[in-house]
Amino acid sequence: MSGDRDTTHPTGPSGPAAWLRDLLLGARFAVTGGRESRLRAVFTALGVGLGVALLMGAASVPHMLDARHQREAARAAGETPSAPSATPAPGSRTLLLRHVFDEYRDKPVHGALLRPDGPQAPVPPGLKSLPGPGEMVVSPAMARLMDSAEGRLLRERYPDRVIGTIGDQGLIGPNELYFYAGSDRLDDRSATRTDHFGEVQPGDPLTPELMVLAIMVGVVLLMPVAVFIATSVRFGGERRDRRLAALRLMGCDRSMIRRMAAGEALAASVLGLAVGSALFLGLRELASQVTIQDASVFPGDLRPGLPLVALIALAVPACAVLVALFALRGIAIEPLGVIRSARPPRRRLWWRLLFPAAGLALLVPAFGKATGDAGDPVSTYQVGGGAVLLLIGVTAVLPWLVESVVARFRGGSPSWQLAVRRLQLSSGPAARAVSGIAVAVAGAIAVQMLFAAARGDYEKDAGNPTHSQMAGSAQLASASRLQEITSRFRATPGVQGAISFVRQYANKEGADYTGEIVIADCGTLRSLATITSCRDGDSFVADSPDQPRTRGKLGPGDKLTVSSFTAGTGKTDYRWTVPRGAHLVTARPDPTGEHHHGVLVTPSAINTAAIPDVETQVAVKTVPGDADAIERVRNTGAHIDPTMRIWRLGGVRKDKNYAAIERSLLIGSVLTLALIGAGLLIGTLEQLRERKRLLSVLVAFGTRRRTLAWSVLWQTAIPVALGMAVAVAGGLALGWTMLRLVGRPVTDWWAFTPMTAAGTAVIALVTLLSLPPLLRMMRPDGLRTE
Amino acid sequence: MSIGHTLLALLESGPRHGYDLKRAFDERFGHDRPLHYGQVYSTMSRLLKNGLVEVDGIEQGGGPDRKRYAITDAGVTDVGHWLAQPEKPEPYLQSTLYTKVVLALMTGRDAGTLLDVQRSEHLRLMRELTQRKRTGDLADQLICDHALFHLEADLRWLELTAARLGALAKEVTR
Amino acid sequence: MIPAGSLLTATGLHKSYGPTPALDGADFSIHAGEVVAVMGPSGSGKSTLLQCLAGIIRPDSGTVTYDGRPLSEMPDAERSALRRGEFGFVFQFGQLVPELTCVENAALPLRLAGLKRKEAERRALEWLERLEVADIRGKRPGEVSGGQGQRVAVARALVTTPRVIFADEPTGALDSLNGERVMQLLTDAARDTRAAVVLVTHEARVAAYSDREVVVRDGKARDMAGAV
Repeated sequence: MSGDRDTTHPTGPSGPAAWLRDLLLGARFAVTGGRESRLRAVFTALGVGLGVALLMGAASVPHMLDARHQREAARAAGETPSAPSATPAPGSRTLLLRHVFDEYRDKPVHGALLRPDGPQAPVPPGLKSLPGPGEMVVSPAMARLMDSAEGRLLRERYPDRVIGTIGDQGLIGPNELYFYAGSDRLDDRSATRTDHFGEVQPGDPLTPELMVLAIMVGVVLLMPVAVFIATSVRFGGERRDRRLAALRLMGCDRSMIRRMAAGEALAASVLGLAVGSALFLGLRELASQVTIQDASVFPGDLRPGLPLVALIALAVPACAVLVALFALRGIAIEPLGVIRSARPPRRRLWWRLLFPAAGLALLVPAFGKATGDAGDPVSTYQVGGGAVLLLIGVTAVLPWLVESVVARFRGGSPSWQLAVRRLQLSSGPAARAVSGIAVAVAGAIAVQMLFAAARGDYEKDAGNPTHSQMAGSAQLASASRLQEITSRFRATPGVQGAISFVRQYANKEGADYTGEIVIADCGTLRSLATITSCRDGDSFVADSPDQPRTRGKLGPGDKLTVSSFTAGTGKTDYRWTVPRGAHLVTARPDPTGEHHHGVLVTPSAINTAAIPDVETQVAVKTVPGDADAIERVRNTGAHIDPTMRIWRLGGVRKDKNYAAIERSLLIGSVLTLALIGAGLLIGTLEQLRERKRLLSVLVAFGTRRRTLAWSVLWQTAIPVALGMAVAVAGGLALGWTMLRLVGRPVTDWWAFTPMTAAGTAVIALVTLLSLPPLLRMMRPDGLRTE
Repeated sequence: MSIGHTLLALLESGPRHGYDLKRAFDERFGHDRPLHYGQVYSTMSRLLKNGLVEVDGIEQGGGPDRKRYAITDAGVTDVGHWLAQPEKPEPYLQSTLYTKVVLALMTGRDAGTLLDVQRSEHLRLMRELTQRKRTGDLADQLICDHALFHLEADLRWLELTAARLGALAKEVTR
Repeated sequence: MIPAGSLLTATGLHKSYGPTPALDGADFSIHAGEVVAVMGPSGSGKSTLLQCLAGIIRPDSGTVTYDGRPLSEMPDAERSALRRGEFGFVFQFGQLVPELTCVENAALPLRLAGLKRKEAERRALEWLERLEVADIRGKRPGEVSGGQGQRVAVARALVTTPRVIFADEPTGALDSLNGERVMQLLTDAARDTRAAVVLVTHEARVAAYSDREVVVRDGKARDMAGAV
């Protein structure tokens, strides 16, 4: 301060200079001032840092999606812009390509078979040159899998010589299973011809349902981060207030104090920004280790956009300062100490209720509108806004709720009384903790419910027999290999039954009827229908055993037409009349459990080669539960025809994917709870330290250590339990609301159980961690007056 | 303050002439009021008569002032009794107490005990006064409080002296 | 030499914090209904002696006997139970729980001993009345004066009608008028209930409320009763 007594500003510089001085002074308090001060700064920086790291991750999502999308587009076979459906003529710059969509142990294995027409054929991104026949280039993850014991059957399926790996620019994610194989068996019929890679693909618009989900995930992840950053900034608040009081004694006025508090918060948040950036960069490198929903991410793709980074860098310190100033609102820092208004003004409810009310007002009209694909884009903002308001509402209502609930507690054991009275005197830290928990856990529960409902659609339980049933198709336009195919599948270890047949769909002329034409030998046909006598050249009309599908619609003499489904390819329609002598029979299920109703034809009764887009089908049943059998069946298929697609009925077993989502959701919630627990722990420890003497006195009185330990437990347990209760109620309400929006029933009312378990664990952990210092402070040393 | 006991205690460290006794007394305790020689003479003759001192020898040149006195066993015992006996707590006691402490230190007796005993005596009186205060009226209380505050001041002096005995001993036996 | 009829005695107590001994062979005894002042300069070991006597800390060597039982040999739980049930405590400051109201603070020892809240607070209120602070029963310690708070603390020490009250500088934070009033109330109540009071103080006027004093110097306690 200025020592010049004659100036009119005896307190020193004024204006910006004074502001800067106060801010810097406050900033210095954040980092200097002994071990405790530093510890608090570390905690705050860690808390804010964790929040910042999460924000950076969220900010990277747009770029990540974009980068993935671009690489995916870049490796797609290009179409000619002028005539999208026309294929270029074969030449030295073209190649034939057929995409392969395979699976290995429920993981997608995608790739392409390539056959260059000439030496200047285009090379897909990530490859140096095209693999020749019998050669393949694979992604690093696929190379690892094929080299491992687990990938033995995959290696058998793709026996080509691996001549290299695909570079990162040719892959969507680091753990993608992808390959390019050279083939000399591709022809115009089975493959596409192209002269370049890379096409302009419009991004898939998100379905409204997904949009709701994405908004929810965003809100749920980011709201607790905001709450947590706000809580972190207030770590060690009481101690800071006392220090500020000491400064008041030295002659600082109220606005100087506010500026110093702002400076301290600013310094902590800037430290937090640094920690968060470091944390983000560190964690980013681990991104390639993680695969969620078959998707993995290159660390390089996690690049937050510059405007978003700028926003974070500005918003976080701004929030920190606002929170610090807001915290000073309720207390008067006077020279002789901190005066918390003995009875702080009762929290009012009405304005807090405005938030959830507004949220519901936005959400209710949107009920059922976000179903399917026909949602209008405006409603997504409505939904997002409504969800955010609802969650903010939860945070706003909570402090009031905590205060009014705690104020009603009476009596109980001494430990309970000690804890309750403490909470009654200052419910602020408890309410903040509760808010953090409530937002994070409520959101997590809602998202969990949404996922559970979405999963209900196509995930079958693992014991479902369809998981051992497989179907496959290949574009073989002849019935001549059917027997060979069938016997090869039947000879595959683990296969219980297999048939193969040629199939196409036909329309009845002049009538609204579409049905199957199944071409197979008598032996196969016998297994598809109750046929008493069959010779080559016979035909049958099969009907479903349960309900009539063909009766009255299809019979002998009817004229059928088969058209190509790819228009403009110049393939001609095929016309065929159901023979007069066709018998009416009843269909039997094939190995996959499917009934084939329509016409069943022996090969010589029809000209198979003339039917456009005809496909050879296989239906296989494996020993249930034999995962290897499934892969062996795929191997057999690949050896018969590399382009054969084989899929499992009942879909891919998705529970692994959902388990991953659930797990990450749970991990996220537990982390948030742990952070909040850390906040509570710091508060408890600070409180214990301040009361060292009181604790010693209580021990002198013969207070059992157990009593005080319980009191510490209650002090954590009451806010957390309250928070969990509100979170469960809020989460279920939010989940129900969201499901009403997308028009789905609630399938999982118990989505909150893991979160509640996590909450209980946090209570136990915080108590456990505060016990050693508690016991240490309960020693009589505290009684010594010196 | 008992001059007889003081002179007697001064003799404990060895026989002295009357004049030496007066000089030693004045040096240590006679800051405000030096001793008259006549006082020494009459005191010594009383002690002689009581058998607490004896004449150790007479120096050449004659005259009463040339006598050398030595303490007798009875005299040592008498000094011991005197030092151990707490003074009746009353105001302005410190000069007597100081004399006693110094003499105790000089004669190798336990000055700490002396102070503790005196403290006890003070406290005994304070207890009496406190008791009277509890049962008496306001006037009693005010009078007792006056005495109590003075006694408390003395007690504080006793404590302070007790805390500085080591330093005092060094100075006295120098 | 343990005087006959003693309620609480200690012989040859040694206790060190680090290299410096706080107690170095201290003896002590008190009988029922007696008020004994423990005096001595700062750091002489007064408080340590009190804490050993009360079973708050265990001496390194020496024995403390309470009512014929070896206190210094008891496990912590047993000593805690004794402190809850038979001892009362008044300290200089920092002893009231800031969140609890005055009557709840005074009732705390009874509640710790397992009494129902209503009954505990009824009894606590009686003591508050006796100590002339019944009017502040619903206030929190932060809202009352030092003298009132100390009376609440005394009420809390007396509420269990303990057999021994340990008071460590009970008036240290009070002015002389308040201090003497608290001492008077404390000693009167103790005499009424035949409780022994171990009163650690450095103030002579406070010690004057005792029957007898013990001086602790250099870790040794000197009973001054026989010195006069």
